[in-house]
Amino acid sequence: MSRKTQVSDIDRSLYDFRYEEDANDFLESGISPEIIREISDEKGDPDWMRAFRLKSLEIYHRTPMVHWGASIDGLNLDNIVTYIRPKSRMNTNWDSVPEEIKSTFEKLGIPQAERESLAGVGAQYDSELVYHNVRAEVAQSGVIYTDLESAMHDERYAEIIRSHFMKLVPPEDHKFAALHGAVWSGGSFVYVPKNVHLEIPLQSYFRLNAKGAGQFEHTLIILEEGAYLHFIEGCSAPKYYEAGLHAGCVELYVGKNATLRYSTIENWSKNMYNLNTKRALVDEGGKIEWVSGSFGSHVSYLYPMSILNGRGASAEFTGITFAGEGQDLDTGAKIVHNAPDTSSYINTKSISKSGGKSTFRSAVTVNENAVGSKSSVNCESLMLDRISRSDTVPVIDAKTDQCDIGHEAKIGRISNEAIFYLMARGICEEEARAMIVRGFADNVSKELPLEYAVEMNNLIGLEMHGSVG
Amino acid sequence: MSELLRIQNLSAGIEGKELLHGISLSVSEGETHVLMGQNGAGKSTLGSTIMGSPEYTVTDGNIYFDGENITNESADKRAKRGIFLSFQNPIEIPGITLSEFLRNALEQQTGMRIKLWEHKKKLKAAMETLSMDFSYAERDLNVGFSGGEKKKAEILQLLMLQPKLAILDETDSGLDVDAVKIVSKGIEEYRKTVNGALIIITHNTKILEELHVDCTHILSNGRIVKEGDGQLAADVLANGFEKYIGEV
Repeated sequence: MSRKTQVSDIDRSLYDFRYEEDANDFLESGISPEIIREISDEKGDPDWMRAFRLKSLEIYHRTPMVHWGASIDGLNLDNIVTYIRPKSRMNTNWDSVPEEIKSTFEKLGIPQAERESLAGVGAQYDSELVYHNVRAEVAQSGVIYTDLESAMHDERYAEIIRSHFMKLVPPEDHKFAALHGAVWSGGSFVYVPKNVHLEIPLQSYFRLNAKGAGQFEHTLIILEEGAYLHFIEGCSAPKYYEAGLHAGCVELYVGKNATLRYSTIENWSKNMYNLNTKRALVDEGGKIEWVSGSFGSHVSYLYPMSILNGRGASAEFTGITFAGEGQDLDTGAKIVHNAPDTSSYINTKSISKSGGKSTFRSAVTVNENAVGSKSSVNCESLMLDRISRSDTVPVIDAKTDQCDIGHEAKIGRISNEAIFYLMARGICEEEARAMIVRGFADNVSKELPLEYAVEMNNLIGLEMHGSVG
Repeated sequence: MSELLRIQNLSAGIEGKELLHGISLSVSEGETHVLMGQNGAGKSTLGSTIMGSPEYTVTDGNIYFDGENITNESADKRAKRGIFLSFQNPIEIPGITLSEFLRNALEQQTGMRIKLWEHKKKLKAAMETLSMDFSYAERDLNVGFSGGEKKKAEILQLLMLQPKLAILDETDSGLDVDAVKIVSKGIEEYRKTVNGALIIITHNTKILEELHVDCTHILSNGRIVKEGDGQLAADVLANGFEKYIGEV
């Protein structure tokens, strides 16, 4: 008697509701200088940004397609709508957000979450931010949390944005960075002044509602010396037959002795291409802590990069990837040690089931000047059945021998012995499997913001019986 | 005393290789049975098969517990009926503490919610019996436990779950004299609180010193080759198996 059990998919009913949008709000699909100009007109871009977009478009056209990882053949860029006119202007008052957008976010728990535990919230619906708000006491401390576009038009921030925007991730970086530079829209700007510690997190939520569309938000965060911030980013989209594209960009500047914790929970629908670029530049004694949960999307390319640019700077990356049926999640982390005594610590877990594929890539570079640096990479994969797949691709490039680098990878399956052990104590097979998977993910889920950790445990616990395979 | 476990002409093995050949055995409430035999004789296979390990397939015969045929039941159902197996090599399970795990197992077995406060109180008392530091309760199940602590944690589970039948698979092996004493104390405590039955698989005299053994079964090549009372176990431990194995 053999009964195959499985850990269930994430319950998507919460995310799969959607609203119809008005065709008049769509710009034509595809990417041309006309469309780029139209986006600039819609937004009233300053001249430098108009020029920047057009230059990025040129780079986009001459840059070859990425090819190293998961197949993106199903993505036809000529069919992607890059910009959707907003139904609403930016609001700071939740009541004035249009009803259907409001109910979408309310179903997702925003701004309920804000009322409960956040210092500020931003919500993006399709191409534009529809809501942004920070608590008064946070604003008084000099913290700026707003949408990037109004900040760009505000003379107080215009210069700082111009001098930082796509400097860490230049359009030349790769084809989707170039595309992002040309069509980016929405996203957040955060500035934390010297020695200001934000004890409670800020959160941005990105929701792509329209079908066959792309979301290209840009997040720019600058922490001055000695500052502390925890920023949470959540993403989701309902399911359509047309493929969607998310090519966001995140640029983080962590000042001297500052600490930034950046948590992402990505739960895009299973037909999204999630080709996202994230990068942090960390100054002397500063620290970047990435916490990354990748559960959704059809194909992901996601390798947050930390450049440790000052003595004693450090990076910590904690990630979990859960690839189910039809998913090919290519994730990992990159670290560049570019100063003495820097340290990095990467700890990831990946789970694949029902034919899902997860690939973990790590790239650690230790430059010649980074003497006395330390790096430790640890990745573990768990495959829940015989049709799923897991790969690990570590790359280490040390240009000095005065450093200490460690790498450990472990790939495995749930052992029958462990299941029998738990069952011999009266625990049913389904629960025994769930217990083992939860245990496997435990030291990562502990790092997730509480509500997401609960969600993750629920999804692992969601059952799983009877289906014979 | 009423019969608890009856094994009738049981044959079992792995993928076409039979390891147990026509074993019959009967254990009644309150009895202590000892299984002896050389390595590879089939002692652990028999213990695991009684527990319902999916590793072994029963090819012939039946297992009855409390009068019901459980030959095809899964291990969790057998555990709920009151069968317990102390593992030779307990498995490390990260992400769940020993305390949470036991509470979970008790709730599964009884189908009732157990108050945390009451659970902790009971757990603490049981840990004291076994001279276990209470900090182990909040550590992940068996993770990083020494060999001795793992065995103690098995006996702790025995005391908490209070099964009707406990199979102890070399629970005493690899333990130092003091640890064996503690394990014996745990078994004694189990005997006192539950009028259960014990099947002890062992190579060691120490663990049997404090126990009254009702029946000894000697296994060789998957068969019971000799049966007797407690004296037989003592003889084997003093003089070795050869005499009995030779009789086959």
